[in-house]
Amino acid sequence: MIEVEGLTKYYGDFAAVQDLSFNVGKGEILGFLGPNGAGKTTTMRILSGYMPPSEGAAKVAGYDVFKQSMQARRHIGYMPENVPLYKEMTVASYLDYMGSLRRVENRRQRIGEVMDKVNIVDRADDRIATLSKGYRQRVGLAQALLHNPDVIILDEPTIGLDPRQIIDVRQLIRSLQGEHTVILSSHILPEVSEVSTRIIIINHGRIVAVDTPQGLTVLLSGGERVILELRNAPPVDKVIVALKNLPGVNKVEAMDKAGKFDLRYEAEKDPRPLIARTIVQNDWDLLELHYASMSLEEIFLHLVVDEESKEENQEEAA
Amino acid sequence: MRNMWIIARRELGSYFTSPIAYIVVAALIALTSNFFSLILFFSREATLSYLFSNLITIMLFVAPILTMRLLAEEQRSGTIELLLTSPINDWEVVWGKWLASFILWLFILLLTLIYPFILKVYGSPDWGPIWSGYLGLMLMGGALLALGVFTSSLTQNQIVAAVLGVVITLGLWIVGGGSQLLSGPLASFLNYLALSNHISDFSQGVIDIKHIIYLLSVIFGSLYIATRVVEMRRWR
Repeated sequence: MIEVEGLTKYYGDFAAVQDLSFNVGKGEILGFLGPNGAGKTTTMRILSGYMPPSEGAAKVAGYDVFKQSMQARRHIGYMPENVPLYKEMTVASYLDYMGSLRRVENRRQRIGEVMDKVNIVDRADDRIATLSKGYRQRVGLAQALLHNPDVIILDEPTIGLDPRQIIDVRQLIRSLQGEHTVILSSHILPEVSEVSTRIIIINHGRIVAVDTPQGLTVLLSGGERVILELRNAPPVDKVIVALKNLPGVNKVEAMDKAGKFDLRYEAEKDPRPLIARTIVQNDWDLLELHYASMSLEEIFLHLVVDEESKEENQEEAA
Repeated sequence: MRNMWIIARRELGSYFTSPIAYIVVAALIALTSNFFSLILFFSREATLSYLFSNLITIMLFVAPILTMRLLAEEQRSGTIELLLTSPINDWEVVWGKWLASFILWLFILLLTLIYPFILKVYGSPDWGPIWSGYLGLMLMGGALLALGVFTSSLTQNQIVAAVLGVVITLGLWIVGGGSQLLSGPLASFLNYLALSNHISDFSQGVIDIKHIIYLLSVIFGSLYIATRVVEMRRWR
């Protein structure tokens, strides 16, 4: 549904996006993740047909977003960052305006359906200026869904929302899966990992990793992980030696001197019962033993920091 | 064409949801009726040519105010991004915006028809110069508004757009004065360029194709450049 090949965008000498290539299949929800300034918005803007790429090409629904822009645009619903809206208009008249520009058939009925879907029917006749951030976000989403596009591009759809609103938006995005292809960006991991079927991590305009949320976790955490907290334990070294020799344990690290340990193990052998037994047999007090897979947050940082150290020799990005 | 109309319709709606259209229309009617009665009182002539030239002088300042918001505000708030990713052409956006301001101008002219009506009731005006004068007003207003749309495309700041608009319309209005210091082709070029040299014939009852072509070129030229400016913003 979306094919991106060697996409590059320069602002002057600064490359915001470099040699980006990826594909998104029909019905997928692709999360586009990266720190601020990584090139997410630039990529979204190119895909939506707002700006042309400097090099490379992107196709949406089979149409080149630059050379066949008009056809491509008909298949795209787009919600830009910060959801720009005409504040003096009412919700219904705004949707009517956007719908008429996009030649939506049975416009009235369709607007009703979409307002129902994003849950703003009760605010239909309110001016957009009087709406809260959460409601505006929904109006922006409604606008992107109006013409029932194949591809929906959402730039930072949950930024600035409160936790309840974030859950609503997530549910809405999930409900789009299958029927629509969605590409959404965020700099916050849980936002992306919660709803996406696949994640692309981007940093300094380049792709750093592409995988499913689960795949990324397994790929980078070096196995499953457990956090241990002990009391009355012997010096740290002794504990590490005792635990490390257990079958299935890959790595033991002291997190502090008070008796907190970070332990990695192979999922198939699951040595957790053994760990507990060892601790009890040694007469150490077990305060805590909890499962803690490496969060995507850590993976993200890990990847981004790695990337940065690789680039240290290269010139600094502006 | 249809998209142009959709955009113009929204823009007209937004003129009348903010106080600006009401203020401008009310001020123009107040000023013109004041001029009309004063001119009539002193000249005792059933003519509108003085009124028309006053109205155009006022429009030099009012046109940029009517157009300052059109593109600048879209660029400031970011709504332009949604317009430019909708399946419509950039020129349709620019022309639609201009059309909205032009329709407002036609509405103002419609209201001023009360003055020739009063002349008809109390005297016997010469209709030729009145109708040709109205044609001149329409075209000149359209040209001033197109220049305003152009300056509005240059910035995200409405005030900057308005001030720049006044500077350009005033500049083009008085540039003919420079011809008196010069001679030869440069002088005649400045004379041709000056907006002020293309309106008086209309209110004398003369419809010269030269003036019509000039004013239409200002409209098409300004809106063409404005479209290119909007297009260029995509490339940034």
